[in-house]
Amino acid sequence: MPVPASTVVHPAWLRVSHWINALAVLVLATSGWRIYNAAPFFDFRIPNEITLGGWLAGAVQWHFAAMWVLAINGGFYLLMNFCTGRAWRKFWPLTPRALLRDVAAALRGRLVHADPTHYNAVQRAAYLFVWADLALLVLSGLVLWKSVQFPLLRELLGGYESARRVHFFAMAALAGFVLVHLVMVALVPRTLVAMLRGR
Amino acid sequence: MFKPSFVRRASDPRAEAIVKDALREMPAPTRRLFLRRGLTLGGLTLLTGCAITDDESVQSVLTAVSRFNDRVQAAIFDPSLLAPTYPDSMITRPFPFNAFYGEDEVRQVDGAAFRLDVGGLVRHRAPWTLAQLNALPQVTQVTRHICVEGWSAIGKWGGVPFAEFLRRVGADTTARYVDFRCADGYHTSIDMPTALHAQTQLTLSYDGAVLPAKYGFPLKLRMPTKLGYKNPKHIVAIRVTNTYPGGYWEDQGYNWFGGS
Repeated sequence: MPVPASTVVHPAWLRVSHWINALAVLVLATSGWRIYNAAPFFDFRIPNEITLGGWLAGAVQWHFAAMWVLAINGGFYLLMNFCTGRAWRKFWPLTPRALLRDVAAALRGRLVHADPTHYNAVQRAAYLFVWADLALLVLSGLVLWKSVQFPLLRELLGGYESARRVHFFAMAALAGFVLVHLVMVALVPRTLVAMLRGR
Repeated sequence: MFKPSFVRRASDPRAEAIVKDALREMPAPTRRLFLRRGLTLGGLTLLTGCAITDDESVQSVLTAVSRFNDRVQAAIFDPSLLAPTYPDSMITRPFPFNAFYGEDEVRQVDGAAFRLDVGGLVRHRAPWTLAQLNALPQVTQVTRHICVEGWSAIGKWGGVPFAEFLRRVGADTTARYVDFRCADGYHTSIDMPTALHAQTQLTLSYDGAVLPAKYGFPLKLRMPTKLGYKNPKHIVAIRVTNTYPGGYWEDQGYNWFGGS
């Protein structure tokens, strides 16, 4: 069903928060890759050309500055989502049945985006996954930054070295999400417009 | 609780105007727009490293945040919280060598001629010989050394609890910093709460033997609550001070508190 042009898809606070988050994630990922390169635990390095910071100290400075942007903006995003009731309106309900149905439809190229104010089950699952993944990145990041000061968190993540891997894989999962997210936006460019101007 | 309508109304007028202005500058919403935005984002990621970081105003913001992070870490630091300790079986062998030079350039310090200078806000300024330091009560710890590069290794260090040493030299423990100068030209400094932490150790031995040159003979400071570069080797002078002393890596941009 077509939506009137005046319908607000994304309120201003959400759009601002989304773009701040995108910038924070970009800075954190690219500087994090540089930090990874200082002591890679896999048999590969990230090309320095796509990293941020110039050298380890610079990358650490960027990483530990952008973490505040991510944390404060993320806190604001969650607070607003729950205070305005958007969290329930947009993400509830999410049933396995609906998810399977929409995944099947998406794979057949038949998932409709007629109403941009409504998230289908695949979108709901994907965005909630990113909430969880970002939370895991923040928590594992806390252990890497201050492993002695957060003993419970450290032990829950299996110790310092294990937390490094958790942080890396959570980053990889986020990068994977961003990739799919951008492809979807390319397929339905209207969603980008909605995230920019709200309608 | 906020009502959605209230939030929308409160943020509307100015946001509305900004969006209108922005829209005037925008071409029709097409795939081209997306591609252009995408390229801009890609361009931003390519403007990496030196380009952005070397900009003076960017660097001053990053430095200011790093100083802010020093204060946050000092606030988070719990003096009674101990770093985990491990059984001997978990010691990393060989324990990695790390310095601002290669392993073939390790400084060889003459133990017989060695004197540890003590200065600044202390009552007893007499230098210490290695024999005098070895005569102090010793403890050992098997703890994890975490490098700012990300890697970590478990080692076994023995020596004098640093709080005990500070007590013996009559240090003013209300002072803010303890500064370390090293025989290899290295230099770092730490906060007093960390200096007094139970696991902060003036280290004289490694894995049951005299501290080898590559790990900082004759004297290093071992702190499992701080990153590797905060743990100076080949220490020749210790000074208690209220003036920010900086450090070799810290002056180049590494975080000063460097705690874990």
